[in-house]
Amino acid sequence: MKKDKQKKFMQGNEACAEGALYAGCRFYAGYPITPSTEIMEIMAARLPKIGGAFIQMEDEIASVSAIVGAALGGMKSMTATSGPGFSLMQEGLGYACMTEIPCVVVDVMRSGPSTGYPTGPSQSDVMQAKWGTHGDRPAIVLTPSSVQEVLYETIRAFNLSEIYRTPVTILYDEVIGHMREAIVIPELGEVEVVERQKPSCPPSEYKPYEVKNGKVAPLAAYGEGYRFHVTGLYHAPDGFPSGNTKLIQESNERLVQKVEKNKEKIWKNEELYLDDAEIGVFAYGVSAKSAKFAVKELRSKGIKVGLLRPLTIWPFPDDAVEEMAKKVKTIIVPEMNLGQIANEVQRASKGQCEVKGIFRVDTDPIHPKQIMNAILGKPVEATIIPTEIMIERDMQDG
Amino acid sequence: MATQVATKSVPYKEKAPFDYTSYIRKGKLPHIWCPGCGHGIVMKSLLRAIHATGLPQDDIAMVSGIGCSSRTPGYLDFNTLHTLHGRAIAYATGVKLAKPKLKVIITTGDGDALAIGGNHFIHACRRNMDMVILVYNNYIYGMTSGQSSPTTPQGMIATTAKYGSIEPTFDTCNLAKAAGATFVARGTAYHCQELEKTLYEAIMHKGTAVVDILDSCPTYYGRFNKVKGNSELMVIAEKEGTVSQVQAEKMTPEQLQGKLVRGVLHKTERPEYCEEYEKLMAKAQGK
Repeated sequence: MKKDKQKKFMQGNEACAEGALYAGCRFYAGYPITPSTEIMEIMAARLPKIGGAFIQMEDEIASVSAIVGAALGGMKSMTATSGPGFSLMQEGLGYACMTEIPCVVVDVMRSGPSTGYPTGPSQSDVMQAKWGTHGDRPAIVLTPSSVQEVLYETIRAFNLSEIYRTPVTILYDEVIGHMREAIVIPELGEVEVVERQKPSCPPSEYKPYEVKNGKVAPLAAYGEGYRFHVTGLYHAPDGFPSGNTKLIQESNERLVQKVEKNKEKIWKNEELYLDDAEIGVFAYGVSAKSAKFAVKELRSKGIKVGLLRPLTIWPFPDDAVEEMAKKVKTIIVPEMNLGQIANEVQRASKGQCEVKGIFRVDTDPIHPKQIMNAILGKPVEATIIPTEIMIERDMQDG
Repeated sequence: MATQVATKSVPYKEKAPFDYTSYIRKGKLPHIWCPGCGHGIVMKSLLRAIHATGLPQDDIAMVSGIGCSSRTPGYLDFNTLHTLHGRAIAYATGVKLAKPKLKVIITTGDGDALAIGGNHFIHACRRNMDMVILVYNNYIYGMTSGQSSPTTPQGMIATTAKYGSIEPTFDTCNLAKAAGATFVARGTAYHCQELEKTLYEAIMHKGTAVVDILDSCPTYYGRFNKVKGNSELMVIAEKEGTVSQVQAEKMTPEQLQGKLVRGVLHKTERPEYCEEYEKLMAKAQGK
């Protein structure tokens, strides 16, 4: 009966909190925002029970700041938000990149720009997750597309943030966040959890930004004898500001390269029927759910279509797209924005095939039938929703 | 979570001998502050006050935002964090809650704390988390070359107030008190020995302690406002524009007009956030 105990029926946001706790997250700072708030509510209830800290901050800027402070206090830390809050967090994310402080930021995407449609899904923050902060910066962004995956990818996000000493973003959307699915919660030890490396050198020799064998030094915690300096200014290996132009060039390149050079270890894709595919679908997050259904459905009818589904959207899976582009005539990219990732697919496919997008921003998920139509070369209908449901929703809005 | 450092009210005692070199990081001076700026004097008072508390350097986290005063932590041998403009208090909140044994001291300026960081400032006062917020108040944005700040007195000149500022000012102490800070004090760079004692009390206080430190910026504020960059004249302004609490008690409201009162202006006891959180954890754990 032990196995049954681990089975739970829960929504994506709950799975995110479960994954974070499994990964050893012991600090949460956040600000309420739909559709991510459940993560915060669960952390508020759970963290005090296990000796962790929870605090509701005055805004999202404070939240992202507090989790970086807590990481320096030695804790694995996270926050979760949605579009408007994610916009506010961008400067803080840049700070975490620059100072190489591990932390996890979850963005449960909703419709934008601005307040948009708070309770409707969207995938329109994929570019912001990469380029939102000023300056060139490393970006690791994960895109789970089921409740079970949210749990595993949250654990992976914490692991990657510790391995590369960088903030990691988890992007999913309102559908994945609020949808309930039966999932299995792994037993302790079943999934690898990367613990924070601590320095072993004497404090007098500790340089928090020293690079050895291509890897940045372990991050000490405040109050444990290593009195070091952290700044968002360009800094030397000892952590103190520097205006040396050579150092600035090298530091910025190293920051970006530490992800770029390890992208093969960070990439994670699901590939389906790509070997003999003539048409490929590139889909992530909620759109990948519909895409998978559509691809399986048409395969059963003998249509040679395959799926490439990235769980790591940044660094972008260039190699996998290029490989697919060599085989297929067309790549179809369904996404809930106006073509943010389709452009990346176009770039990565290097002109070897045609790239077609299905872009939907009306806050309803892309229907499998829309993807099937695109695969079959039929017109993609704008919306495929029974009229009565539309009316009901409009009335709710009023 | 570790327990708090005991900070019960102990009278100030000057500890001898005091050795700067144990607190200033080797090779990090000279500092960036202009000739005539009072920040170095405040830093000295702060170090002497910290020395008097006897707190180990490992147990102190010094957090700052962006601006001239925010460069302080970089020179000092503590756990130091130079953050984003306006956000020092928010970072400090994370540090403190993750490691409550640390004494968190924030060095910030009038623009950093009261304009861009105003929201964090008032909510920190409300929470009463154990931290010391030192507002180096020189009435101007120094690092960006002299724009008006929330404490620029009305009528005074700044690069963004060419015809004299028309904006009413914040009184840091009144703001802190109204927002719930449990220790509110004012000092000046001129009265540096008095400031040392005030800072000592602020550090020993358990809860959010705010100290408004009047300081001078001869390079910008002084030059624009006909003090001709003369730091001596600006220091005299600190001297003549303020009165101690003892003096203030003997003065009529008319005499007090235009003067700011120095010393500990407000001190009260309220549950401290991290201690309350410890209780919350015990409750959640059914203890």
